[in-house]
Amino acid sequence: MVEMNALFQNRTSLVIRAIILIMFSIALMIADHRWNHLENLRKGLSNIIYPLRYTINIPAEFVQWIDESITSHNKLLEDNKRLKADHLLFEARLQKMDTLELENQRLRSLLGTPRKASERVLIAEIFSVEQDPYKRLININKDADDGAYIGQAIIDAYGIMGQIIHVNENSSTVMLISDSNHAIPIQINRTGLRGTVFGTGDSSKLELRFIPHNANIKEGDIVSSSGLGGRFPPNYPVGVINSIERPAGETFASIDITPSAKLDQSREVLMLWHNAPADTNSLESPGKK
Amino acid sequence: MIQKPYIPITISLLFALMLSMLPLPGWINHIRPDWVTLVLIYWAMALPLTAGVMTAFVFGLLLDVSQSTLLGQHALALVIIIYLVQRLYLRIRVYTLIQQAIFVGVLLAIKQLVVLWVSGITNNAPDITLYFLPTLTGVFIWPWLFILLRDIRRRFCHSQHR
Repeated sequence: MVEMNALFQNRTSLVIRAIILIMFSIALMIADHRWNHLENLRKGLSNIIYPLRYTINIPAEFVQWIDESITSHNKLLEDNKRLKADHLLFEARLQKMDTLELENQRLRSLLGTPRKASERVLIAEIFSVEQDPYKRLININKDADDGAYIGQAIIDAYGIMGQIIHVNENSSTVMLISDSNHAIPIQINRTGLRGTVFGTGDSSKLELRFIPHNANIKEGDIVSSSGLGGRFPPNYPVGVINSIERPAGETFASIDITPSAKLDQSREVLMLWHNAPADTNSLESPGKK
Repeated sequence: MIQKPYIPITISLLFALMLSMLPLPGWINHIRPDWVTLVLIYWAMALPLTAGVMTAFVFGLLLDVSQSTLLGQHALALVIIIYLVQRLYLRIRVYTLIQQAIFVGVLLAIKQLVVLWVSGITNNAPDITLYFLPTLTGVFIWPWLFILLRDIRRRFCHSQHR
């Protein structure tokens, strides 16, 4: 009988509590979607998530540690030799690049368009990969103390990987260019044609949209960032055009791009500072045509 | 009489959260059951006075942060289904395991639908061909999870009910 009473009291208040919480969730979602004002709340809650993520990583890191400790002497020597050779090769290439850059700067100063100084970079390690199969997000081990900011471009040795969307304590969340919510303003290196490349959710395929049938593009064209929209630095490779279809009856061609960056394979990534944090509101850069 | 049921509830929910973040090879992600929701449903049914909509809300927010979804997206979905569980827990308890599993399937589907619906409004709706697979795996896993959590409950929280 006592329990029944408790039950009835509980019921009325249950409805009220549920309704309040539902309204509160909706308010939170609107605030988060429209104004991005909740980064601090997210940051606070991520303090609870971080130790969990860390614990999950322990077995993997342990295996890696063992693997590293028992790598044979010979393998290390071999690696060392190979890396030295690589280093030499890259040095030689860099020398050539230096001359080219100087020449480029000289020519630009002749034309009267000063080129920006080169960008600052920092190496970050991928800490975990988001497990939702419908998203392409990764977490890296740098936070605001290291200078990470929302909208910062992330690259690897081969091209642009994505941008930071949340800065937490001890880690930051990066949206890869292959996420279906991501768009990046680009231009085709060969012709200078501008456009926007969208992610598809598949990490081996991007999509160049809103390009008319008669545009001057062909398979194998290199696509690089245009820097329009101010999010991404200009002239970093994004991908290579893989296939072009021009379906009759459609206004635009459907163009598949293979990303240059190894979106699935890199362990280390580079954070790039190319301009101060500007607006942090829109994820999609308005760089379209 | 009640031996702080908060502790096993929190630990099992945090463990479920970890399972939902555990890195697994690609295709398994498509069938990964919704651990946090399943565990929440169990506790809301078994100890409705301890684990309720508030617990659902807090763990919904944690899910949102861990999956980088809109803050409140999972919270909303979880509050709705846990509310349903709290209204119907007396009935669910007397179901057989199979009937329970089917009911849990309905709850999981509602949760998935609400999350999908919010994603759709904010225009990031995922491809839905495989979207409801976790609901199915959730149904298959429910009987085992139920037995496991029941043993945990009997061991650590001398029950309020039954």
